[in-house]
Amino acid sequence: MHNFNYHRAADVADAAAKLAATDDPKLLAGGMTLLPTLKNRLAAPSDLIDLAAIAGLKGISVEGKEVVVRAMTPHAVVATSADVQKALPALAQLAGNIGDPAVRHRGTIGGSVANSDPAADYPAACVGLDATIVTNQRKIAADDFFQGLFETALGHGEIITEVRFQIPDRAQYMKFRHPASGYAVVGVMVAQYGSKARVAVTGAGPCVFRVAEMEAALEKSFTPASVANIKVSAEQLMGDIHCSAEYRAHLITVYARRAVEAMVG
Amino acid sequence: MDIDVKMTVNGKAVSGKVEARTLLVQFIREHLRLTGTHVGCDTTQCGCCVVHVDGVAMKSCTMLAVQAEGKAITTIEGLASADGTLHPMQQAFRDHHGLQCGFCTPGMVMMGVDIANRLPGADEKTVRHQLEGNICRCTGYQGIVEAIMDASAVMNAARS
Ligand SMILES: Cc1cc2nc3c(=O)[nH]c(=O)nc-3n(C[C@H](O)[C@H](O)[C@H](O)COP(=O)(O)OP(=O)(O)OC[C@H]3O[C@@H](n4cnc5c(N)ncnc54)[C@H](O)[C@@H]3O)c2cc1C
Ligand code: FES
Ligand code: FES
Repeated sequence: MHNFNYHRAADVADAAAKLAATDDPKLLAGGMTLLPTLKNRLAAPSDLIDLAAIAGLKGISVEGKEVVVRAMTPHAVVATSADVQKALPALAQLAGNIGDPAVRHRGTIGGSVANSDPAADYPAACVGLDATIVTNQRKIAADDFFQGLFETALGHGEIITEVRFQIPDRAQYMKFRHPASGYAVVGVMVAQYGSKARVAVTGAGPCVFRVAEMEAALEKSFTPASVANIKVSAEQLMGDIHCSAEYRAHLITVYARRAVEAMVG
Repeated sequence: MDIDVKMTVNGKAVSGKVEARTLLVQFIREHLRLTGTHVGCDTTQCGCCVVHVDGVAMKSCTMLAVQAEGKAITTIEGLASADGTLHPMQQAFRDHHGLQCGFCTPGMVMMGVDIANRLPGADEKTVRHQLEGNICRCTGYQGIVEAIMDASAVMNAARS
């Protein structure tokens, strides 16, 4: 790891000021993605700005029809929160299946969402649960936030402060876990909001995406059979050492069906 | 630019000067000379480096020493009693043949204590899932899982 200057931000305004005042800075949250990247010298920022001391960036609240998770809340806290388990059990379950226990004790929702790893779980929750990503500058709909492989709508100097999930009537997340890392080979979040349905897929493409055809079919009839025969084209999907794009396309249908089965079960 | 760090390690206040990039595991091993905590990978996947930070299991290879400022750290050296009596988790690893070469063992024991603290009475399937971030190349996990379940029961009984 190349050396860098380390700063502990006192609050969000201080972090933003430090971002603006330094050469090539990076925010440090749980470090579960950033530190391995630095250790392998895949990045060499001049300055790390640690968000861990900012009390206002931690915690969870249920506000009306929204579950609000502040950016520095670790995965383990989301997974075990009685509020989340009650209001949005699919989100608690998703958070509890990220990586391993030690990773969940440090990794945060803000870091995961900012990173937009193609195989990360939280992006499927954000898009599937119609979330709003709140930053120190603005509010961004999840549908507009994730833009590509490790690419988001975040601008330079922008800091995620919280993620606001819309509480659905019901929802279910199903993933094919990579056996070594736990990352999603394919993960599907299905949610029902009145007569509307959302289907968000992670792990398969360059970043999370929705499957409009499945959503329309579920809006007509919310049954496993509605999605069981809908195929997603493999053309835009990723193939790698773990499996081919065609296999990922197949898994999307299987996991969407299983999610709906678990919901109507 | 060196940075002063202060923390508590195994109940003792310690301090040192570190580079910003110094990992917590380097501070523990190279500055404090507590070499029980191991490093087995550079991808945060093996769990040999697990210590407790404010009572919770974390991978010390993926944490900066400066991120541990003011925290209470427990390493494998801090588990046994001063008179040498092993912690129930250490004793159970010994009783159940939970180790062969021993390289993964410090991390396994620290994770085992964390599992027993968080999930008292966890069944075998849960314990196996909870060990997802700890890799053992020798034992096949059977003895490790038995040790954690056994020690968990002993720790439970001691609590109640
Ligand atoms: C062994 C292992 C297994 C894993 N398995 C999974 C898995 O199964 N599923 C999964 O989804 N993830 C997995 N992860 C990734 C994990 O969830 C990370 O915690 C997460 O991706 C990044 O969060 P972090 O808090 O650690 O962020 P960091 O590593 O600190 O930061 C990541 C990036 O986000 C930026 N950033 C951080 N916070 C903010 C903010 N508030 N505003 C703007 N930018 C910010 C940083 O500058 C950096 O570029 C795994 C990681 C490891 C090491
Ligand atoms: S050394 Fe492998 S996880 Fe820390
Ligand atoms: S005992 Fe050898 S790696 Fe586990």
